[in-house]
Amino acid sequence: MTLERLVEELGLKCKCCWEKLKTTEVKGGYAGDLLSDVMANSQAGNVWVTRQVHMNIVAVASLKDLAGIIIVQGANPEKETIDKAGREGIPIMVSELPEFELVGRIYQLLGKG
Amino acid sequence: MPNDEYLEGIFYIQGRDFVDAGAVSSEIKKNLKEKGIPESIIRKVAVITFEAEVNIISYADQGTIQLFVEPDAIIIAADDIGQGIPDIDLALQEGYSTADDSIREMGFGAGMGLANIKKSSDIFEINSEPGGGVHLKCTINIKEK
Repeated sequence: MTLERLVEELGLKCKCCWEKLKTTEVKGGYAGDLLSDVMANSQAGNVWVTRQVHMNIVAVASLKDLAGIIIVQGANPEKETIDKAGREGIPIMVSELPEFELVGRIYQLLGKG
Repeated sequence: MPNDEYLEGIFYIQGRDFVDAGAVSSEIKKNLKEKGIPESIIRKVAVITFEAEVNIISYADQGTIQLFVEPDAIIIAADDIGQGIPDIDLALQEGYSTADDSIREMGFGAGMGLANIKKSSDIFEINSEPGGGVHLKCTINIKEK
């Protein structure tokens, strides 16, 4: 599934790198707020669901070749985070849903292919 | 120390400056990508350099990460000037951390850093004494066995 379709299905607000949504394929997902956990256990192509909003999340996503970051609970990423994500080409999206619910919906969507 | 002939770069890291944590790791990743190092190897190096970088920022006054690219292996040497680790075996246990709340709030300090570094290394060497900084040498074989 492309990131663009995920954004549409879940009504996500995209904060940067719109041009990448169409061509970025999502290969599974990972949820977590501990950066070392995400570094150790996420896989390339995963979409990352988190409540963290500071700019260090961009470094993690970029180093692990993640498809993008979805921030939950309608939390606003810091301006520095969006700026850096734009430079690194990491799409950042925001969902109003709590983490548990959003992950459940992504799991269902990706399961259907 | 590995042979200087294979030294690709020395990267300086300022302690307590979380603003751009991961910047050195990104630079190292780009360097290895340009060299055509396989992606699976680059990802292991990325875990090692990121965790080493965050450790220096979290616990040391300053430090360096050196990147060596040998024909068969990549070597990451991380050295810092800082408080050091009194009990290395304890620090290597997953979940053990001395991070304060300000570090944990950013999602760091989960006590996984050194364990992640060790897991991603083919050869992992660590030396530290209280007050003497931390010295890591990680070898990642380029040809996977």
